[in-house]
Amino acid sequence: MRANLQWLVILTVIALAAQGLTQVLPPYFGQLLILACINAILAVSLNLVNGLSGQFSLGQAGFMAVGAYTAASLNVFGLGFLHGTPLGDQAALLLSLLAAAIASGFVGYLVGLPTLRLRGDYLAIVTLGFGEIIRVIILNIQAVGGARGFISIPNSTSAFLVVFLLSAFVLLTHRFVMASQGRALLAIRENEIAAEAMGVDTTTYKVGAFVVSSAVAGVAGGLFAHYLSYINPSSFDFMKSVEIVIMVVLGGMGSVSGAILAAFILTFLPEALRPLQDWTHVDLRMVIYSFLLIVMMLVRPQGMLGRREIWELFKPRSPQ
Amino acid sequence: MEGFLQLLLNGTALGSIYALIALGYTMVYGILRLINFAHGDIVMVGAYAGLFTALAVNGPAHPDLFHFFIVLLAAMAVSALLGLFIERFAYRPLRNFPRLNLLITAVGVSLLLENLGQVVFGATPRVFPDIMPSMNWFQFGQVAITNQQVTVFGTSLFLMVVLEWIVLKTKLGRAMRAVSYSHEIASLVGIPTDKIISFTFAVGSALAAAAGILVCISYPKVDPLMGVMIGLKAFVAAVLGGIGSIRGAVVGGFLMGIAESMVVGYGSSTYRDALAFAILILILLFKPAGLFGKYQPEKV
Repeated sequence: MRANLQWLVILTVIALAAQGLTQVLPPYFGQLLILACINAILAVSLNLVNGLSGQFSLGQAGFMAVGAYTAASLNVFGLGFLHGTPLGDQAALLLSLLAAAIASGFVGYLVGLPTLRLRGDYLAIVTLGFGEIIRVIILNIQAVGGARGFISIPNSTSAFLVVFLLSAFVLLTHRFVMASQGRALLAIRENEIAAEAMGVDTTTYKVGAFVVSSAVAGVAGGLFAHYLSYINPSSFDFMKSVEIVIMVVLGGMGSVSGAILAAFILTFLPEALRPLQDWTHVDLRMVIYSFLLIVMMLVRPQGMLGRREIWELFKPRSPQ
Repeated sequence: MEGFLQLLLNGTALGSIYALIALGYTMVYGILRLINFAHGDIVMVGAYAGLFTALAVNGPAHPDLFHFFIVLLAAMAVSALLGLFIERFAYRPLRNFPRLNLLITAVGVSLLLENLGQVVFGATPRVFPDIMPSMNWFQFGQVAITNQQVTVFGTSLFLMVVLEWIVLKTKLGRAMRAVSYSHEIASLVGIPTDKIISFTFAVGSALAAAAGILVCISYPKVDPLMGVMIGLKAFVAAVLGGIGSIRGAVVGGFLMGIAESMVVGYGSSTYRDALAFAILILILLFKPAGLFGKYQPEKV
């Protein structure tokens, strides 16, 4: 209990520091910082499936979309009576995020239960398909704006909340990996059949990881919606899913800090490349992304950090 | 009834295109156990190669069979070279790595082709010139068989027969089948595995390019992202027939094309793209090996 309280204090301090940082920095950098943190939450969520349990999901943007639209709809249509005071706004946001997590987790369960019985490459295609189907369905719901997008969502996401949630998810993932359930997931990643032979209920663990991952992605979607106060189905297309996958792969599959590092690099890189774009007048961003992905796979297939965390880099390697 | 016949005809022509692309997926999967995500984008490159060849030989001014063949062969050659290049530099170095790495590389190659295509060719769609005279071969009430449909169907049937002959009757085909059975044993009996794999990629990519040209004859529009949806649908066709099986790919392609044509005709065209994923999900849930595939239990 005391350790938990300590962590709570540490997380609050980190989040407060981030809030302070966004006040000091120019607005442009503050905005990038928050977007990078939202991307980092997405990367952490996908890392649970692609990195830790060794499955390959290509539909994370679909779950993000479910979260974003659930949170936005609840907040706009259902919780209007809370708006007005800062405290009320934050309460409405938290309730909406909770609803987003539940909705995305539920959709993740519906998608995961049948598909996770499939092997790697089939799973990739089917999750891609589900991601696209979710997007097409949202595109056809006129109540949330359809193709025009969902406008005038309360702009209540703060740097404090984003960073607090990000640090909390990182901490939880780290503790999860250390626990027996996390070990079971790692065993599935290393060899599914051997894990099954050792008594790990592989389907339950895989579906569980998938549901948690979708729920976290849903929270990220809710934060995203309440930060930009405008969402559009095309923000959650296949490219977004690929971007999240690239973050996980680039950082090192299974490394939480690596995924966050990659999320930051990939959010700031396009901005840093803007002069290049002004000079050549073409959007080379995705060309560079995809090239980076191939080169990374050829030169350093384990990603920047491999399976290690940043804080483990300076420790001597444990003997194999 | 006439409407049904017309839809069946349209679906068959479309299905023959899907079948050609599905053949490439299934051959590469059979030999490398890799879903070649970039295959749909090779269709796109083939279509652009065809477009530029058609403009270079002034095809629009002479819409005849001769110019059609020049365009077709040029596109097939360009795509075959591209397929060889991709296999050599992106997939071969990773052959002994986990399959997940190969899959991610394939996704990367696909994205690279799409985005490079947008940079090089521009993102706006271009009109593919008419390189075949348009006329009706047959008219019965409302049902018409157009020259385009005959060309599409004839070309793809011819290519399928050639492929069947290569795989089943030639020494090269026997080597391909041996390599798909086991790389190691094939190399033990003196089959140059690398060359056979390269050849498979070249053939698959050439078929994809041919499909690209046939798509453009039916729907005269070329854009850098055209391969994405076509590729996905053809992949579904390959899975439907049983991935790894050549006959399965052909049957799956035709089923897919006819089903899509029926959905567009009797349902709504907004469900056109959702249909592919729905079929895929159903097949994977109830018969993961597909119609003609063999189920292989995984062993430690």
